Amino acid sequence: MTDEFEPLIVAFCCNWCAYAGADLAGVSRKKYPPNVRIIRVMCSDMVHPNLVMNALTKGADGVLIAGCHPGDCHYGGGNLKAEERANAIMLMLEDFGLEPERFRLEWISTSEGNKFAKVVSEMVADLKKLGPSPYKRG
Amino acid sequence: MTQKKALVIGGGIAGMQASLDLADQGIKVYLVERNPSIGGNMAKLDKTFPTLDCAACIITPKLVDTGGHKNIELLTYSEVQNITGEAGAFKVKVLKKARFVDIDKCTGCAACTQVCVLKNKILDEHNEGMGKRGAAYIPFPQAVPLKATIDPEHCLFLTKGKCTMKCVEACGPGAIDHEQKPEEVTLAVGSIIVATGFKLEDPAKKPEYGYGVYDNVITSLQIERLLSPSGPTGGEVKRPSDGEHPKKVAFLQCVCSRDLNTNIYCSRYCCMQAIKEAILLKEHNPDVEVTIFYIDIRAFGKGYEELYNRAKDEFGVNFVKGRIAEIHEKDDKSLVTIGEDIVGGGVVESKVDLVVLSVGVAPVPLPEGIGIEIPVWRDNFYRAKNQYVDAVTTDIPGVFVAGCAESPKDIPDSVTQGSAAAMRASILLEEK
Amino acid sequence: MTEEELRVGVYVCHCGTNIAGVVDVDAVVEYAASLPNVVHATKNMYMCSLPAQSGIKEDIKKHSLNRVVVASCTPKMHEPTFRAAVQAGGLNPFLYEQANIREHCAWVHADQPERATEKAKDLVRMAVAKARLLSPLNPKKIAVIRSALVVGGGPAGLRSAADLASRGFEVSLIEKSHFLGGNAVRSASLPFTDQTPREAAAVLTDALEDEKNISVHTGYEAESLNGYLGNFTISLVKKPRFVKECSNCGRCIAVCPVETDNEFDYGLSMRKAIYMPYDSAYPNYPAIDMSVCKKCGECVNACAESAIDLEAEDEKLDLSVGAVVIATGAKNYTPKDGEFGWGKSDRVLSLPVLERVLDKTGPTKGRLKGKVENVVFIGCVGSRQKKTSEEEKVNEYCSRICCTESVKNAIHIKDRHPDAGVFYLFRDIRTYGRDEYLYREALEKGVVFIQFEGDVPPEVNVLKKGAKVVVSDVLSRESFEIPASHVVLATGFEPGADADKVLEVFKLNRSADGFFQEAHIKLRPLETSTEGVFIAGACQAPKNLVESIASGSAAAAKAAVPLSMGEVELDPAKAMVTEFCDGCAICIDPCLGKAITLVEYEKDGELKKTVEVNEALCKGCGVCMATCPKKGIDVRHFTLDQLQAMVDAALET
Repeated sequence: MTDEFEPLIVAFCCNWCAYAGADLAGVSRKKYPPNVRIIRVMCSDMVHPNLVMNALTKGADGVLIAGCHPGDCHYGGGNLKAEERANAIMLMLEDFGLEPERFRLEWISTSEGNKFAKVVSEMVADLKKLGPSPYKRG
Repeated sequence: MTQKKALVIGGGIAGMQASLDLADQGIKVYLVERNPSIGGNMAKLDKTFPTLDCAACIITPKLVDTGGHKNIELLTYSEVQNITGEAGAFKVKVLKKARFVDIDKCTGCAACTQVCVLKNKILDEHNEGMGKRGAAYIPFPQAVPLKATIDPEHCLFLTKGKCTMKCVEACGPGAIDHEQKPEEVTLAVGSIIVATGFKLEDPAKKPEYGYGVYDNVITSLQIERLLSPSGPTGGEVKRPSDGEHPKKVAFLQCVCSRDLNTNIYCSRYCCMQAIKEAILLKEHNPDVEVTIFYIDIRAFGKGYEELYNRAKDEFGVNFVKGRIAEIHEKDDKSLVTIGEDIVGGGVVESKVDLVVLSVGVAPVPLPEGIGIEIPVWRDNFYRAKNQYVDAVTTDIPGVFVAGCAESPKDIPDSVTQGSAAAMRASILLEEK
Repeated sequence: MTEEELRVGVYVCHCGTNIAGVVDVDAVVEYAASLPNVVHATKNMYMCSLPAQSGIKEDIKKHSLNRVVVASCTPKMHEPTFRAAVQAGGLNPFLYEQANIREHCAWVHADQPERATEKAKDLVRMAVAKARLLSPLNPKKIAVIRSALVVGGGPAGLRSAADLASRGFEVSLIEKSHFLGGNAVRSASLPFTDQTPREAAAVLTDALEDEKNISVHTGYEAESLNGYLGNFTISLVKKPRFVKECSNCGRCIAVCPVETDNEFDYGLSMRKAIYMPYDSAYPNYPAIDMSVCKKCGECVNACAESAIDLEAEDEKLDLSVGAVVIATGAKNYTPKDGEFGWGKSDRVLSLPVLERVLDKTGPTKGRLKGKVENVVFIGCVGSRQKKTSEEEKVNEYCSRICCTESVKNAIHIKDRHPDAGVFYLFRDIRTYGRDEYLYREALEKGVVFIQFEGDVPPEVNVLKKGAKVVVSDVLSRESFEIPASHVVLATGFEPGADADKVLEVFKLNRSADGFFQEAHIKLRPLETSTEGVFIAGACQAPKNLVESIASGSAAAAKAAVPLSMGEVELDPAKAMVTEFCDGCAICIDPCLGKAITLVEYEKDGELKKTVEVNEALCKGCGVCMATCPKKGIDVRHFTLDQLQAMVDAALET
């Protein structure tokens, strides 16, 4: 065991773009830190704010929602609904005393394996600077 | 009355795709494959370019779908003997060679292959001769059908009449039958898709490269088997002479392709295959020095140029423009390649541990005297009647061609042509 | 919840060395066995192999499993495979969950095997957590409309439409311009044949004429697509042609006073405002270009058939089809102003312009302008470009067919002008496959091939008649100066001009190179992420005519599958209303499929409200679920409880 803090990130990835983008990161062997746990959702618009807030208040150091780029949504605009909701989540973070860096919404296409790796790497680095979630027990 | 049934000859990726696209339309398909399993050459590959997807991972669903489809009847280890009749009403005689295994009883448990007295004694064609198998064998773990075959050319009982017959003893369901006879069946079909694929040209046609003479000169398909985790070395690249991991590897492009003495045509996929294999070697061990000797790098398909750039920039594969004139073997079985470096200038000699020949492809025609003769191009691949309006219909009504039987191709183009042949064949079958 | 005891089986795949080379598979199996409700945990070299699949089937019986988890590759690869195995074992296929420990773990954490193993355990725990809450689902079958839409009237689209029609389906072929044939019919010649591209296209248009069940709509573009595989509705808009089908007597064209550049000939010829791009164009009657027409009425007066209506307006058309083939093609790369002398001289041509020039029936009757002394082709213009900065957008890809097209034309020029010098300045000669015979022929006929390095491109200095071309020859390592009478830029291809709109309407994705993305680059080159929408021809990647034709037939085969079967299964992962719904209706507005309606009902004499979901319209995206504050609506197979269980499992360390 090392003393360095290793943040835990829960990532909701849409089936059509971001999940496939994360697959492509694998296919292209793009390395990124193993701190992320991906949950497949059909669309970024499926992620209930309660899922995000529950994660952040029960021990996750960060939450990522990743969907298709605007205009690319498989369902035609679900990602834009997710964006509206993300704005609301940002406000909730403040209420809960959580730093805005703990939540990110990203657009990652099926061909952006590099971007997926980059986003996760950045987020891990940011969260390391920020330290563990204040809700983390112990 | 048109037979609403089709015959597909050849169970490689093009033939499988054609079969699936017909069967999914509700058309009955007989798929004849001369080897014990479908899968063709693609099943021998480790990974595929340009995404480096593992070949077994992507071909297995196709194998399983083809093998399990309710409208597809597989006739593996079988050969077409004779075709008569005409579009809509062909009669096709097929010889089902004796497998000496009752495939209805065989569970594919492989117990017979473990006890065969010739185990690890016969050159294994699925491993391109890089590994050995017994006389009782299953070609590869994902084989469809997953059934054992007893090789009549080697089996001691079948050749000499004398064996301890451990296979029979080991076989729980009692599937082994050394008395099995070949069987001839006659199929009535409305249309025929020829997807007989390709074989590698014989690299011995270029004696200056010493294939078959020097231990450490291998083909591009042989190195696939060395790279493959399910291959004879478990995915470790070991040179044949001493099992050492090669530190310097040279790839020679256009061996028996673009060559006045063998084949003039370009074999189309070898540049990308070499680039992929070079990257895989680098992935296995970044310290391996890999050089590709080429005339032109033909990275023309979707995502290919991008992979070529990555090979150079990211993986540090060396590319040297020039044909190697000759290869010599040293006492320690390493090799000296001598050839021109067109860009750098002058004759270059380099000492390497392993040479990979990117051998060009040759057609695998239907046997002569089979009853139909499909016109060929000057390269001896089958020709479509008018490829600019219909890429798959031959001069013989009711007979279509797909995949490498028509010309050398990469996988996506073979898959596409397989689907195209299925479409054209289905139109004929559905005509009232 | 049912009373049934949960019995989960977990299977961990080695995937050869792909997973096992990084992740300690035995440790993951051991860990999985320790999880609650897991009654069986094992491993296999290849879980996708038939024996491993049979193993699942047998274990379901042997261990009375009622949930199965496989930890292997991405579910996008093998979820169908393992669902089928689970079903073969007698379980509902939706009682299956996959943990992606290859793409999302082993392959990206190869440098940290211990942490990769820990992550793999976490991913398995999350999958088991979801598996515990899975419910059996039964897909509904819906009828398929037995007709197809083909978008794009180039060779791939024509082939697709003709094939589907001959196969017995109703086909609507739409083409945005007023004439069919696409880019192919602008070429002068084809390799290895005397047949012209126009003759080849005519064979295909004749095939359309022969089919009763095909309707050709030129001037049409798709505005929107609704529905799903088997039941699409497409709204089309027609830009008027202003001419009804007529005998094409030509009087209207003769009297038209307006002359303008003929774009078909890249401005090398003029045409009238009412025009035919070329004599045998299909459909074989004129169209009016309203951007230049002065509405003088001369044509109307000249027309004996009353075929012309200058006041025609946009028309709308809605189609209902079961499947769609997109074949919207690619466009030629247009060099930047001054790139290799482009735009500075009429002696600097691009490949497509050269095709018009060499066409014996074309604007120059097949003749190059001026004296033909040295013709210099320059390869890879607009292709194989290298980024100079991270942000720069370049065409990194090879455009595939420019080498062959250049060599073909070099031979033509050499044949017609044996004394002229013909040069091809190239980076790599990519006359792949059989086209190598053309390269050989060109060499034999004396075409001079000079290789340059990608980062030292030739320079073109435009002169009064021709240009001075300077090239650094790789072979001799010398610089040559060629006095060129003509320079031909071997321009590549880019995604079609209306690609953005097509992508948006048909909900397709782009590959990194900008062309349309296929479902799988090797094995599903014709399918897309929208079920029932297929791609053919150069919209997917540059292709030569033979390859476009093959992909046209191939895409037709894909469309023919649902059309011939007459029904398809709906994905059962759709929204479902729960007991908590109180009919507040805030989910109705965000719904992307307009699938939710408010309903009232009576219970215990009280009027209550709730919502209802139309499952054919519901896309299963789940925006309703995330909008509802009361857990009143859920998406099957992705329920809030299932997602929450995965989150909880992820956090449980």
